[in-house]
Amino acid sequence: MTYILKPKLHHPSLPTNALGLTRRDYEGKVSTLCAGCGHDSISSAIISASFELALQPHRLAKMSGIGCSSKTPDYFLGQGHGFNSVHGRMPSVLTGANLANRDLIYLGVSGDGDSASIGLGQFAHSIRRGVNMTYIVENNGVYGLTKGQFSATSDKGSKSKKGVVNSESGIDLVALALQLGATYVARSFSGDKEQLVPLIKGALSHHGPAFIDVISPCVAFNNHAGSTKSFDYVREHNEAVNRLDVILGRAPITATYAPGEVREVTQHDGSVLRLRKLHADYDPTDRIAAANYLQEHHAKGEVVTGLLYLDPDATDLHDRLGTTATPLNALGTDQLTPGSAALAKINAGLR
Amino acid sequence: MPADSVTTSLAPAPVAATNDFVVKFANVNGSGSASANGLFAKAIIRMGVPVAPRNIFPSNIQGLPTWYEVRVSENGHLGRRGGVDLAVALNPQTWDDDVQEIVAGGYLFYDSTKPLPSTKFRDDVHVIGVPLTSICNNAYSVPRERQLFKNIAYVGALSHLIGIDPDVVETLLAEEFASKAKLIGANIKAFHLGRDWARDHLKPIGLQLRSSNAVGDRIFVEGNNAAALGAVYGGATVCAWYPITPSTSLAEAFAAHCANLRTDPDGTKRYAIVQAEDEIASIGVVVGAGWNGARAFTCTSGPGISLMNEFIGLSYFAEIPAVIFDVQRGGPSTGMPTRTQQSDLLLAAYASHGDTKHVLLLPADPGECFEMGAQAFDLADRLQTTVFVMLDLDIGMQEWLVAPFKWDDSKVLDRGKVMTAEDLEAGKPFGRYTDVDGDGITYRTYPGTHPTRGAFFTRGTSRNRMAGYSEKGVDYQDNMERLLAKFHTAAKFVPPAILRLAPQPTRIGAIYFGSTTPAMHEALEDLERKGHHIDALRVRGFPFGDEVYDFITTHDEICVVEQNRDAQLRTLLMVEGSINPARLTSILHYDGTPITARFLSDAIGRRLDARRAMRQIAE
Repeated sequence: MTYILKPKLHHPSLPTNALGLTRRDYEGKVSTLCAGCGHDSISSAIISASFELALQPHRLAKMSGIGCSSKTPDYFLGQGHGFNSVHGRMPSVLTGANLANRDLIYLGVSGDGDSASIGLGQFAHSIRRGVNMTYIVENNGVYGLTKGQFSATSDKGSKSKKGVVNSESGIDLVALALQLGATYVARSFSGDKEQLVPLIKGALSHHGPAFIDVISPCVAFNNHAGSTKSFDYVREHNEAVNRLDVILGRAPITATYAPGEVREVTQHDGSVLRLRKLHADYDPTDRIAAANYLQEHHAKGEVVTGLLYLDPDATDLHDRLGTTATPLNALGTDQLTPGSAALAKINAGLR
Repeated sequence: MPADSVTTSLAPAPVAATNDFVVKFANVNGSGSASANGLFAKAIIRMGVPVAPRNIFPSNIQGLPTWYEVRVSENGHLGRRGGVDLAVALNPQTWDDDVQEIVAGGYLFYDSTKPLPSTKFRDDVHVIGVPLTSICNNAYSVPRERQLFKNIAYVGALSHLIGIDPDVVETLLAEEFASKAKLIGANIKAFHLGRDWARDHLKPIGLQLRSSNAVGDRIFVEGNNAAALGAVYGGATVCAWYPITPSTSLAEAFAAHCANLRTDPDGTKRYAIVQAEDEIASIGVVVGAGWNGARAFTCTSGPGISLMNEFIGLSYFAEIPAVIFDVQRGGPSTGMPTRTQQSDLLLAAYASHGDTKHVLLLPADPGECFEMGAQAFDLADRLQTTVFVMLDLDIGMQEWLVAPFKWDDSKVLDRGKVMTAEDLEAGKPFGRYTDVDGDGITYRTYPGTHPTRGAFFTRGTSRNRMAGYSEKGVDYQDNMERLLAKFHTAAKFVPPAILRLAPQPTRIGAIYFGSTTPAMHEALEDLERKGHHIDALRVRGFPFGDEVYDFITTHDEICVVEQNRDAQLRTLLMVEGSINPARLTSILHYDGTPITARFLSDAIGRRLDARRAMRQIAE
């Protein structure tokens, strides 16, 4: 970690976004994680994505559980409220927050211990419930804060820093998210910002449960030979199926691509997701085919990354519940309390 | 033993009473008896006579014993009395126990289609046999009809025996089946089938009903239903829950009330209900919604509270409003899921690890469930912490006669100390955990309020007054002391205890709460008649106010009455008020059935008699 406080002054030549804010306006406190931690790269990608999308920093709620990854919401978007809740229970807290105010953007940041071990149930149910959120798992296959135990996403056969070989099967959160009904599913690598930033932008502009599994090597406890979550291993085995560009409604499309290489998908909010195909046989709108593809390539030891599944017509929990457009936390006494006349009728029905 | 007549030869004089007796039905669950028994109770209420029915049911859907005990009381004693004057024994599985419970001179009503050996009866009880099965088998050919209409037929027979007005029953049946008109006639026919048989073969018994005005304008409602309505009036918008007896009907009632009261004509809902995957997720949703400024609750029972402990600690420490309705049942573990107890007091008061204390509201009946159900949300926002509303199965799942619900239309929901965008824009200083008013309660902001001011990071780890992470002992202790100060402030907000003075000055006191109340009041009257003058204090909230400690100080001997084994209220009084344990005598009833007036009168009476005897020896 670093002990140098960030200067508050911004250089006048820093580029600004549509809100007139600079990238610095999207930063948070100085990280207390280890130097070189993959999680810090993800925080940086979240900052870039929010800046590029010109989100209002205070309209983004940052939710997390417990663990190294869950500490990171303090390190980005300092003007947004953050909630570092209970181990493995971020999804339920996020769900409640979302129900209270549907107008904010909800970013859940979690780790593999937080989401695949203690919180597997809540991970699953928040996704099947269709909560409108971006759910990022910063996946390093190891318990960092407690110094190096295997986590539930650690691959069978992967070796710990102490040389112990993991004998238990790893949980594939992407496979689960697909089955459970996530409507935006991606996997990326903390060491590939070019891929990660657009994936986060796409997720933040998605209306529905968006899940991103980001392999994020732990430099302290899981970055050695024999680990399947080390920088070297992921670089060598990374098989990106596509490259994503997120284009906001107003932005002109400038780049040119060869025909058949590019697929555009327009989301509910008007944002356009432009996918450059890297694997000709991969269709990210076919959930079953995507699941099969992932299984086959996982068996070969490949780490498949990219935008793996997208349902552009996704709905969310509020759509399903039929809640009012006004945030529930903004309803006043007159809209909530039915009054004495209604009560008199109820009394009459109870005699 | 004879079957089709009332025998009196060997029995003592039959019990004679008008508008004051206890009828207990013994049935097999899943047989359709519940609606017939409900009809019986409701008919008596419609005759203007107060009734307190209690459904005593198994954790089962079909085939196990179930009872329905109806206390009829012109004087309005709505607790359980103890003892049974008329047993309607229709379950062979429980016959022996059911017969045993009848008071000497009481009545045993049974289905006499098949003869029973004389050893199955008691000499001191008047037996009334009605061949219900045979009557219904003759009248109906469909097996299901034979079973269902047998229930209505016994209500018909009873109506003749104890004087239920048949017009009242017909009106009730017409109301109940308003949407299925065919069933009205069929049920009325079955009612008269039983009634006519009884009229032709039997004389009315000594227990009689007479129309009265004693019910007045009271309503008849379950506590869970009332609490759910309270949540609607209290402005709750988010409900997350997991099914568990005996709290399930609270969430279901909230859904029904919201569908009726909070849904726009186009179907848009001003509420959100999530049936969560477990109790942990339920309270997680509540904490998330509370953090984000919505009024949120969950409803559960003891096992759910056990699971929610970690989140309750977070709510306490990070200061997030939450409301939990705990409909208590018999514990520990799965315990007695369909029986009543007041055994979660300590669990709720000190839930979660570390030093914690929580606010409890203790309603005594559905009327208070409504009031406190609404008030809990104001208190949770005002105090920014978890507020428990402690019902029990006896209040939550039984129908009680209570005064009609009231609401003051001028009331505005109290959202507590919340900094608005205008406050922040005007430059009001904001420190999330800074106590500017000296009451331990600090200001908060809702997420998303202002672009550059008022954001803070919420965490369950220790922090300084500005919400910054801090592991400094001085910051931690400063915060913990403020939380304690806030808890003391809470004592001023919870409903005060209610004092019921004896007709003459006395140094004897009794403290009680919750569903014990009506039985306690009846017992106090009985004890007064026996010369025991007792001042009684009904506790309604925790932390206790000064009036509770003053009461203890001004009395020499205090009986603390509760429905648990370990005297949990007494423990709270001792711990929080540093009360000498020797001054608090426990009167405990915890077999899972609601406490009775006769039990209380006996237990307290014996204690006070012993005290008198000791004094005489001393003198």
